[in-house]
Amino acid sequence: MTDAATRDDARKPAQVEAPLLRVSRLNKSYPTPQGPVAVLKGVDLTLARGESVALMGESGSGKSTLLHLVGGLDQADDGEIVIDGVDVTWLSDTGRAALRRETLAVVFQQFNLIPSLNLQANVAFQARLAGRFDPAWTDELIHRLKLQDLLERYPEQLSGGQQQRAAIGRALAVRPRLLLADEPTGNLDEATADDFMALALDVVAATGCAFLMVTHSERLAARLQRQVRLSAGQVRLSAGVINQP
Amino acid sequence: MSAKWIFFAALAFTSPALAQGYAGLGDDAGGFERVVPGKPLVFPQDFGAHPKFRTEWWYVTANLTDETGASYGVQWTLFRQASAPGEERQGWANQNVWMGHAAVTSASEHLFAETFARGGVGQAGVTAQPFRAWIDDWNFSAQDNAPPDSGLSRVKLSASGENFRYAFDLVADGPLVRQGDNGFSLKSDDGRASYYFSQPFYKIAGVLTLRGKEIKLSGRAWMDREWSTQYLAASQKGWDWFSLHFSGGEKLMLFRMRDTSGRDFRSGTWISADGATQKLDRDDIALTPLEQTPVAGRSVPTRWRLQVKSRGLDVETAPLNAASFMATSFPYWEGPIAFHGSQQGKGYLEMTGY
Amino acid sequence: MKQIFWTFVTLLSHWRRRPGNFFALFVGLAIATALWSGVQALNAQARKSYDRAASVFSGGGAQSLVPTSGATIPQELFVKLRLAGWKVSPALEATVLVRGTPFQLIGVEPLTLPRGGQLGGLVDGGDFSAFFAPPGQVIAPPEVLRDLGAKDGDRIALDTGKSLPPLRSSAQAPPGLLTVDIGVAQTLLGRPGQMSRLILRQPPDNDAPSLASVVGNALRLLPAGEEEADLKRLTESFHLNLTAFGLLAFLVGLFIVHAAFGLAFEQRLGMVRTLRAVGVSTRALAAALFGEVALLALVAGGFGVAAGFWLASALLPNVAASLDALYGARVAGGLTLDPTWLLSGLGIALVGALVAAAGGLAKALRLPILAAAQPFAWRQAQQVFMRRRAWLALLAFGAAFAAYLWGDSLYTGFAALAGLLFGAALLLPVLLSAALRLGESFSSAPLVNWFWADSRQQLPGLALALTALLLAFATNVGVGGMVEGFRQTFAHWLDERLAAEVYYEAAGAPEARRIEAWLATRPEVLAVLPSARTSVRLSGWPTEIFGMTPHETFRAHFPMIDQAPDAWEALQRGDGALISEQLARRLKLGLGSSLDLPTASGIWRVKVGGVFPDYGNPRGQARIDIDALTRHWPDAPRVSYGLRVAPQETPRLIAAMQAEFGEKIVRIADQAAIKKISTRIFEHTFAVTTALNTLTLVVSAIALLASLTTLGDTRLAQVAPVWASGVSRRRLAQLEFLRVLALTAATAVLAVPLGLGLSWCLVAVVNVQAFGWRLPFEIFPWQWAEILALALLTAAIASIAPILRFVRTTPAQLARIFANER
Repeated sequence: MTDAATRDDARKPAQVEAPLLRVSRLNKSYPTPQGPVAVLKGVDLTLARGESVALMGESGSGKSTLLHLVGGLDQADDGEIVIDGVDVTWLSDTGRAALRRETLAVVFQQFNLIPSLNLQANVAFQARLAGRFDPAWTDELIHRLKLQDLLERYPEQLSGGQQQRAAIGRALAVRPRLLLADEPTGNLDEATADDFMALALDVVAATGCAFLMVTHSERLAARLQRQVRLSAGQVRLSAGVINQP
Repeated sequence: MSAKWIFFAALAFTSPALAQGYAGLGDDAGGFERVVPGKPLVFPQDFGAHPKFRTEWWYVTANLTDETGASYGVQWTLFRQASAPGEERQGWANQNVWMGHAAVTSASEHLFAETFARGGVGQAGVTAQPFRAWIDDWNFSAQDNAPPDSGLSRVKLSASGENFRYAFDLVADGPLVRQGDNGFSLKSDDGRASYYFSQPFYKIAGVLTLRGKEIKLSGRAWMDREWSTQYLAASQKGWDWFSLHFSGGEKLMLFRMRDTSGRDFRSGTWISADGATQKLDRDDIALTPLEQTPVAGRSVPTRWRLQVKSRGLDVETAPLNAASFMATSFPYWEGPIAFHGSQQGKGYLEMTGY
Repeated sequence: MKQIFWTFVTLLSHWRRRPGNFFALFVGLAIATALWSGVQALNAQARKSYDRAASVFSGGGAQSLVPTSGATIPQELFVKLRLAGWKVSPALEATVLVRGTPFQLIGVEPLTLPRGGQLGGLVDGGDFSAFFAPPGQVIAPPEVLRDLGAKDGDRIALDTGKSLPPLRSSAQAPPGLLTVDIGVAQTLLGRPGQMSRLILRQPPDNDAPSLASVVGNALRLLPAGEEEADLKRLTESFHLNLTAFGLLAFLVGLFIVHAAFGLAFEQRLGMVRTLRAVGVSTRALAAALFGEVALLALVAGGFGVAAGFWLASALLPNVAASLDALYGARVAGGLTLDPTWLLSGLGIALVGALVAAAGGLAKALRLPILAAAQPFAWRQAQQVFMRRRAWLALLAFGAAFAAYLWGDSLYTGFAALAGLLFGAALLLPVLLSAALRLGESFSSAPLVNWFWADSRQQLPGLALALTALLLAFATNVGVGGMVEGFRQTFAHWLDERLAAEVYYEAAGAPEARRIEAWLATRPEVLAVLPSARTSVRLSGWPTEIFGMTPHETFRAHFPMIDQAPDAWEALQRGDGALISEQLARRLKLGLGSSLDLPTASGIWRVKVGGVFPDYGNPRGQARIDIDALTRHWPDAPRVSYGLRVAPQETPRLIAAMQAEFGEKIVRIADQAAIKKISTRIFEHTFAVTTALNTLTLVVSAIALLASLTTLGDTRLAQVAPVWASGVSRRRLAQLEFLRVLALTAATAVLAVPLGLGLSWCLVAVVNVQAFGWRLPFEIFPWQWAEILALALLTAAIASIAPILRFVRTTPAQLARIFANER
């Protein structure tokens, strides 16, 4: 998929005020030695443009699975995922790679920086892959994320908080329309997590992308516009006030 | 006389000593013995090789006819050339190189062969008594049943090449002939010379195998023996040489050394039927080319007018085969001729440097 | 493309952070390529030389007359033939050494040389007098001058001390040769009046006398192509041996590459997942991974090819000396860089790298994005394969045994060898693992228990390096045993075989008779033992018929493998023959068998009365009574002699003979000199083997070093908990050191039986197939001790760097590792 096509697709649905992300009746099960176990059972979820949503639930509730499916990291069994008007449910491996590269970005709990690249190269990495590297924007991100003094450091020389800030920098450098985060503060202490969230929300707002974050923390979830709670593979509760479609 | 060996020498042995001599830097004989007047020839020793001189040859030409009267010419030559003076070294270190040429000429064909040998190992050589000159399986030597002291008077001659092979018996019916001043043969005004004697009185008979066909031939043969150290002057580029058998039994040898200065050196010997000789001087002799023939990419005079004023000789020569060219390593024209005019007969013509 | 580029760059960034790993990969691949392409270069150079040797004389349609027996003939035969109308030209060929590098020298006679062939160019327009007038000239093509490091006019000294005439460079000179005048060659080579062949411009006319009527059967006309064919047949097994060693070394190198790639892929599993997560497609990842392998292969392969070239140049003198001495095959000149060879070297590096990386590549490409990053999952999975490995090992041993039982060629010999080595390589981790498990079950102290368990966990990571070591050690034990066994056997055999004190060869039969008469008057000469020889072909195989005197000397000393009680009596009667082991094996003859020998007057049947060892002779040999030989081959020259002399009289007799006869004696030497020459020939042969062997060992040591270095990082995480539990760093370092030593020592111990198997395979299977003779199988325990010491030294050296790194790790770092990587 070319950049131009992506932009075209993005513009048309915007005119009809369609949601950025629409997940309908999504099912997913995993094979186990004891037979298949259903993780998601008919999940529905919608995200508006620029909206930030916290995805909560107990361990095993399926929230990470949902995030992975939306992020094109895994393949759903049934249902539909539409991002920016494009049905991405059944994309090929190459199509999903392009989706991950160009339309959305993911921040992981384990940071997943590339150990052999320094911080600057890590931040620029996905944008370069996508062919969208913008030095000015990357520079701005680095400053907003307070990483400017750490550019030459390698991941192993960074603290957890620093690594996660670099990871969100990498994600946003590509200017995604949707940022996904899978327990980004799970490996951080509380103070660092708070600092991180403040910075993250700041740059997400500056980017104008939608934000879907999986978290255990009620306190952090509360900082997002809306909270969705998953239980036993289904959406149990959706709370929030602003920009509810 | 003959001297393609000069080319041989010039091309093959461009040793510093020779180059100096060629450049005309005095009479540098490079350590070889020099040819001086007044030294008598000694037989049979002089039949053999003279390794103290730079070069020498044994040269036989024959004018022959078959049973139908058709004419043939045969040539057999052995050259010796030394690359360095001094005592002959043993084995491969020997400084002599031997070269053999053999040719057969008919009106329609001229076939020739060439072979080389190093001295010191026995592939070629000459012994004086009993006389034997050989290179490979080519021989010019005393007949097997000839008395040991018969010298050159009863000899056999054989050679072979591609498509030809010959074997002849030769018997001399006249004496050996000393050329020039009792064997001292001057070649230039500045004193270059050779020792030179001939046996022009051979009767020859034998068999030529030409392209597998045996032809019985007989006729007259002429042998030249010549040795020298300095032969050509720097300005001399080649020569024209005639050996003539008159029908009346007299013989004539004439040569001209062509000089770039335009002043050719001419000389000759009139040989009466009993072997008595008269030396012919430059002004007594006139050699005039009459007709040029293109052969082997060059133009060679193949018809001549020959005059010897003191003898009233005035003849025109014609080649048996105008293409008698020896395209050997050192090429020259050599072939049988016939002549008519004040006298008539047959002979051989050799021309070099064209 | 952008995707592939950035993925490629990112993959490569790994190596910058892991130079140790890169070093292992690079060195492994470079050395593997070097050994392989070095051997290929040697073989190619040899083949080129054989073709060239033949084409020098066969150019322009010329043919060759060669001696029927022996290496040279007197040049009188040349003159005889010329005077009989045969247009022949003499030549004398030999290999000369210049500063250890072999060059092929030929002496020719330019005036009689046929025009048109490779040598004809010399004649056309050449300056003959400078060529053959003293001191003469050496004419050589510019590339040979370059190899000699000489320029026009230089005089090069041969290693014999004699000086070549001044050099003249000529583009027309025969390629790869030093051409001199025949006279110069005879002097340089100490062969006055001798030549090794006559070049025949064209067959003589029908009316020319026949060859036999001129020279008897001293010469024979070499059929076109026979020379190349003979050389190739005789040297084939030598080259196959070289190739096999090259292949073995290449495989050991690939083990390293495989290990290094495996570790690199394992360490980058997380990176690959991240790459996939941020949108690198499988296709882009595959392209980048293959590109990375290709780039590494080309860079390391390029170095390897260069090193191979150097290696081949270094080994060439020994290879050339062996080939010349064993087969009379002349290999000469500096190596030239052949583009085909260069490309094939890079190609083999690429193929090798791809094969070595195949597992890792497949794993990386099939890697699911979401599986939890577990760096050691792969190795644990490998342990699951232990049982499968054991079965495969049994299969390989079975195949090796089958190849031995039913095979009857050099190829099956090597197949048996390969099966043995492959099986052992597969079995090693299984055996080591079992040993460690045993140790674990016998230990109860916690630290000791941890030591065993942890060693076992380490094993998969070290297995490849240890396997490479196993192969190298085993090869060392095997080849070392074979070489040493041969050295002892050969020395003993030479002592018996060279029973006479003086050996000489007369220039011709009349000279030989005069010398014999003179010797009869010398009281110190106890016995004169003439010999004569001629060549025949038995079943197409070049075989020498050797006429000897059945003197008491031989009856007492001549070494035999097997003999009938009346062997010598039968020989003396003229109806019995002794045959060489090679001939017996090739023609499947035994005691009492009949052997038909083709003579000029028909077939002559003799009975085999004994079989004798004839080490190193590529031709067959049958020994008969000398008078019987002269009866059946009247033209065989009786010019070689052995003399029994009181040892203290030997030098004086030789001096007297030389003074009396001068050049009438072509060669004369005492027993000691001949022994020295013979021994040197074999030292040359085995120098090549030993060099390749040593290099293989070095490669394995590097493999171990590389494995330990790359394991170093992950070791910290594994050791940190033990440290946290209260074991000092010093103690832990000691344990680490001990572990490597123990594993290496265990490998070395296991290498001994494997090496013995290998040695047995070499002497009893490969050698018999390759050379036609069998060596006694002997064992040399002191060699094993050496190997063990070498193994421990290797291990100690290889483990020093990682252990130092461990000792230098600060407690704070360990604490952090402990906290983070739990």
